[in-house]
Amino acid sequence: MDRIPILRMGDFLLVTIQVDMHDKLALTLQDDLTTRISDVGAKGVLIDISSLEIVDSFIGRTLANIASMAKVLDAETVVVGMQPAVAITLVELGMSLPGIRTALNVESGMQFLREVTPPNQEADGNQWDNP
Amino acid sequence: MSDLLTVIRKNRSSVLQDWLQGIKGGIRRRDLIDDRSLEAQASELLSTIADTGSDAKLEDFSAAAWQPAKDFLAGISASRAAQGFSPSETATFVLSLKVPLFSLIRAEWGSDPEQLFAAITTANEFVDRLALHTTDSFIHGRDQVISRQQEEMLELSTPVVTLWEGIVALPLIGTLDSARTQVVMESLLQAIVQTNSRFAIIDITGVPTVDTLVAQHLLKTITAARLMGAECILSGIRPQIAQTIVHLGINLSDVVTKARLADAFRLALERSGRAVVRSGTNGSAAASATPNPGRVL
Repeated sequence: MDRIPILRMGDFLLVTIQVDMHDKLALTLQDDLTTRISDVGAKGVLIDISSLEIVDSFIGRTLANIASMAKVLDAETVVVGMQPAVAITLVELGMSLPGIRTALNVESGMQFLREVTPPNQEADGNQWDNP
Repeated sequence: MSDLLTVIRKNRSSVLQDWLQGIKGGIRRRDLIDDRSLEAQASELLSTIADTGSDAKLEDFSAAAWQPAKDFLAGISASRAAQGFSPSETATFVLSLKVPLFSLIRAEWGSDPEQLFAAITTANEFVDRLALHTTDSFIHGRDQVISRQQEEMLELSTPVVTLWEGIVALPLIGTLDSARTQVVMESLLQAIVQTNSRFAIIDITGVPTVDTLVAQHLLKTITAARLMGAECILSGIRPQIAQTIVHLGINLSDVVTKARLADAFRLALERSGRAVVRSGTNGSAAASATPNPGRVL
């Protein structure tokens, strides 16, 4: 697999990492994701890393970079489902990733994104909510 | 001086007789071991020594040929420790073999002072080694017990309790060192995943001292929990600990801290959209947490 699929769900982009990330794959994801955010005008990015079991400082830094880039493009990033071992490894590597928002699972991650992003009135037709 | 071993083999029964008489005459723990088991132990030890391979030398106790004797001594040491003997009593039992050996040597080489002295030196050293070996294996057994208990304490001392749906608490008791922090961190993170908890309360009421190292360990745990998407609240900070933390210049500004576990629990309930209210009008202290329909975890 040479690239990670990015799914669009309304205003949000969904990325599920289900393979071991190597450096090139991470960089490709970074490229694809930034392009995609600006193409569709996404308001939020959810990265599910619950299947990711091996992590190194480069992957950690790439995740932080992706979050910062998304922020510049006006999209919130939330990383969900980090495994305990991965969390311990990142902490031991000295990477506390202060810029990244985290959530336990996809559900609470999506809830967080919905809370922090203002509803796009044109796209989902919810005008009757806000008179 | 392999002659001595040959002589012992030849006079095995008379040495045993002498030895048993000496043991029975001397100080012994009649309350812990009866005559028959004592005789059995003595005779088996003597025959283990006598039956050692012909190439074995009394001077070279570390040789492989002596392994059966060592194993037997370790067995005696373990069984006697279980019976309640002190290590010095076990060693005294082995050391009492000297008297019959020395009288045997005197009967054999009494006319030749050179030989006599050499034989006594050899026998003395040999029996000393035997006695030391029983003490060594006693201490080894103790060490194993201690390390096993340490591991068990480590397991016991890190319980993660669920306070409410989505809220877990980790009451820490005892000093945090690196090894314990690792266990604490792993069990907390595992519990967060299993119970799907958004809030974790770390209560340090039972932690006697907080120095920079302990604080660093706590911060690591809190950061790891945050990476997984759970929010950590630190509670149970005693006034002395608060003073120490400030004096040491530890920066806990990124961490939510509460003085009491109750306050931390209340905060966690609030943040998850719940509130504790008094039920009924009769002023009873019964409280219940009602989930706010607006936010479901």
